[in-house]
Amino acid sequence: MADGPVLELQGVSKSFGAVQALDGVDLEVREGEVMALVGDNGAGKSTLIKCVAGIHTIDAGEIRFDGEPVQVSGPKDAAALGIEVVYQDLALCDNLDVVQNMYLGRERLGPLRRLDELAMEQTARETLKGLAVTTLKSVRQTVAGLSGGQRQSVAVAKAVMWNSRVVILDEPTAALGVAQTRQVLDLVKRLGQQGLAVVIVSHNLSDVFEVADRITVLRLGKDVATLRVADTNQQQVVEAITSDAPADRRAGIEVAPA
Amino acid sequence: MIALVLLAILVVFSSLRFDAFASESNIRNILTTASVLLVVAVGMTYVIITAGIDLSVGSVLVFSGVIAAKVMGALGGEGLTAILLGLLACLVSGLGWGILNGLLIARAGIPPLIVTLGTLGMALGSALLLTSGINLRDVPTELTITIGIGRLFGVVPFLVLIATVVTVVAGVALALTRFGRYTYAIGSNEEAARRSGIDVGRHLIKVYALSGLLAGLAGFMSLSRFGTTELAGHQTDNLAAIAAVVIGGTSLFGGVGTIFGTVIGVFIPAVLANGFVILRLQPFWQQVAIGAVLIAAVYFDQLKRRQRERGVTR
Repeated sequence: MADGPVLELQGVSKSFGAVQALDGVDLEVREGEVMALVGDNGAGKSTLIKCVAGIHTIDAGEIRFDGEPVQVSGPKDAAALGIEVVYQDLALCDNLDVVQNMYLGRERLGPLRRLDELAMEQTARETLKGLAVTTLKSVRQTVAGLSGGQRQSVAVAKAVMWNSRVVILDEPTAALGVAQTRQVLDLVKRLGQQGLAVVIVSHNLSDVFEVADRITVLRLGKDVATLRVADTNQQQVVEAITSDAPADRRAGIEVAPA
Repeated sequence: MIALVLLAILVVFSSLRFDAFASESNIRNILTTASVLLVVAVGMTYVIITAGIDLSVGSVLVFSGVIAAKVMGALGGEGLTAILLGLLACLVSGLGWGILNGLLIARAGIPPLIVTLGTLGMALGSALLLTSGINLRDVPTELTITIGIGRLFGVVPFLVLIATVVTVVAGVALALTRFGRYTYAIGSNEEAARRSGIDVGRHLIKVYALSGLLAGLAGFMSLSRFGTTELAGHQTDNLAAIAAVVIGGTSLFGGVGTIFGTVIGVFIPAVLANGFVILRLQPFWQQVAIGAVLIAAVYFDQLKRRQRERGVTR
């Protein structure tokens, strides 16, 4: 299985009433690969993420994990498979500290069903260290006091702590300054190097070109192009995002997966 | 910090009238008076940490007392069986109102303020209907002389003992268990809690059920202490409990608070009321003072929040 894609979508469609949000989308991502998902507003990026995360159920098509067709009908299903999503708004609890956030919903219990704070703190610290997140003063400070980049790092660390195999990041750098964007992009690259399959959604093409191996372009709910970063340039991607004639271009520039 | 305020109040009263204020019987008196409210306030602390509110506690307390008095009356008004079934009736009716609150809030999506304002009226109205507005006195004498005014080893009043056990168990559960952690998480960011796989609705139902259950227990304690259903005696219990919780540092915005703080918040008004009486001041000053302490407590909470939003870490 090692050579096949970890996560594979085939012909995935989803509509909300009369709106066809996704129309026969194919996508695949392999271990150690960073796949960027780009597209204009309303192209279907968020819907696609939510389908993989189990928040929306798909109308047609198939989601495969390790080559096996799977049903993802809730966030717990996704987590059980090893798919974690880091949403744009991060969804951290401000009043809880870093460790409490990382373990939220999956707390470790000691004797008498007491929370095993020491064990949780230790693992959290190791995970952060493994991701080279070193800017936190303490893992026991509340998330409210962290910078945007630190919060993003905590959210990512929370996602990768569970032996997850696919991590999906929704606009991880959208609200960040230059230095913090750098922190987060380095972190994304490290996730790929550690053998995770990473899907990153972004509007920022220079970020995408820096961290991604391949790019899938969505337009009006269709995947209009899948490009290898090494073989393309920003101009070509912008054209794919905005083009009116997806079918022709797609035939011209699509590349077979590695 | 609020503990220092309580300490200061204690020091002032003790230095003014040490003999009367710090006597064993007066301390016992303060503790006993506070114990019923403390049990209610402990449940309220959980509710407010989830960023909710429970206005129905006083009515649920009265309603549960009425049900218990009815049950105990029907069983002859005497004997251990009657007492135990009366206690059970109190707990079940409190739990029932709590679950109703929880279901309406978590499943029907109605705001807690409205739901519990509604059940406040429903519970009190039902209690009045059941009694035609006349206090029931079918409370077994064995109950009033044991739980009501009795003391363990002749020292610790049973009411205080019950309140202490409830407080310690609830305090430990809030600080050290998953149940407590989820309570903070939901109050801090409900959506984040949901995405982390926490069943938010289910947890909220449990929290309101706990508040109702404790109000029911408080109803039994009140019944034991006064030997009557006190139909008109608990109309401001909800506000007293909320004030105690907030004075104790729990944020109405949710996500922050401790049971220890609530204990302090219950005792500040209790000690003030007692001290004013001993000093022969008009006891009404207590209400004025508590109002001021409450406003100050919320002001400091907001100040802290604003500082945090500006990115200042403590």
